[in-house]
Amino acid sequence: MAKITIPTPLRKFTDQEKTFESNAENVDTALRELVEKHPKLKSQLFNDEDDLRSFIKVFVGDEDIKDLNEGETAIKKETTVSIVPAIAGGKS
Amino acid sequence: MKKDDFFSKEELERYSRHLIIPEFNIDGQKKLKSAKVLVVGTGGLGAPLLQYLTAAGVGTIGVVDFDVVEDSNLQRQVLFSTDDVGKPKTEAAVERMKGLNPHIEFKIYNTQLNSSNALDIIKEYDIVADGTDNFPTRYLVNDACVLLNKPYVYASIFRFDGQLTVFNYQYEDGTTGPNYRDLYSEPPPPGLVPSCAEGGVIGVLPGILGSLQANEVIKVLSGVGDPLIGRMFSFDTLGFETRIFKFKKDPKNPISGENPTIHELIDYEHFCGIPQQEEEDAKQESVKELSAKELKELKENGEDFQLIDVREEFEYRISNLGGELIPLNNVLDEAGKIAKDKKVVVHCRTGARSGDAIRALKEKFGYDNLYNLKGGILEYADEIDDSLAKY
Repeated sequence: MAKITIPTPLRKFTDQEKTFESNAENVDTALRELVEKHPKLKSQLFNDEDDLRSFIKVFVGDEDIKDLNEGETAIKKETTVSIVPAIAGGKS
Repeated sequence: MKKDDFFSKEELERYSRHLIIPEFNIDGQKKLKSAKVLVVGTGGLGAPLLQYLTAAGVGTIGVVDFDVVEDSNLQRQVLFSTDDVGKPKTEAAVERMKGLNPHIEFKIYNTQLNSSNALDIIKEYDIVADGTDNFPTRYLVNDACVLLNKPYVYASIFRFDGQLTVFNYQYEDGTTGPNYRDLYSEPPPPGLVPSCAEGGVIGVLPGILGSLQANEVIKVLSGVGDPLIGRMFSFDTLGFETRIFKFKKDPKNPISGENPTIHELIDYEHFCGIPQQEEEDAKQESVKELSAKELKELKENGEDFQLIDVREEFEYRISNLGGELIPLNNVLDEAGKIAKDKKVVVHCRTGARSGDAIRALKEKFGYDNLYNLKGGILEYADEIDDSLAKY
């Protein structure tokens, strides 16, 4: 199963779970499964138009999905999908 | 004897461990001495950055910060000592640096970098190291560096996680590497940014990331090695997971893409969705307030009132006013615990979260007996009870 890694700032929306495993064939389907399991994560990852938010990057292996096939990027069982949000430091 | 007149004997001896690295040698050291580096932010990242760049022999170092040293800085900002508390950070930092290396020229900017001064300050430098702690300044530094064609080394930290990359690298052929807006075109809206209750950083982390940042600055200046261009180093220190992610220039980048729409610096607070002062005032007006002194009087007069603390438990354990703890995220679910028939004072650390709690309770359940403790527990500690620990 492909592994999705959840970054620390978003773990409060996944009950502190660090990873999520998926049999989905592409990134978008895997992310939809993830937010279905953790509904509070949905508004963090997706905007009102249901697109990935612009302060969230998703990498398959070390490649940006923007440079691959976006949400359609295929994933296999050994694939690691990383969700990487913008972090700015201590001040909000 | 032929002696290189670029460096004094003292300098040659001081930098000798650089000079004997074959691929760095005296040429690399000359590039450092000729260079001007601007360090924005003298906090957790700025501490190792400034120390290593000073020790390494960067000729001119500009230091920007508007803050004064506070007790809560000392857990990670190892540039400062206990005696520095209350001093402007830039001055305390430079005083320390001068002791470390007398051959460096320092320029102090005891001010907040903003849209009106950023271009004037940054244009004097070859490279910028961004050690700031908030999104508006991140985008400001990025845009100013892009407009001025300056490379900058970025590091960012949160709790146990760090990120590092080199943005806007200037190649000899006139092309540039990707910048912050290629990676993250927009900042998160304020509601989605971790709040002050959820910030925090393990003290060693900025030491690690700031040191790596200094190393990238030295690589870019000396031309030695492969700087972290179009690649972002990501470090989760809790799991000890390190990754390097690749990213490219985005043709839709609003400042450096194919059809740029940004040609000058903008209002970055507004861009990041941070309410202007008037909006903030209007928001606060809808909430009744109570001062620290008034709360003290309520207590002393033995009046029947309820005190609700909407912070997190880990904050409560640092210091508290004896209120009932109902964290902001739970106030609507646990509204049954909040009285409707008597005065209720709601507080948090600064008054922001308690204001949000009151507005939410008013809207959903029609409460009209809630008062926000103005300035939160911090103001209460300042004005009424100095035995309370501030954080």
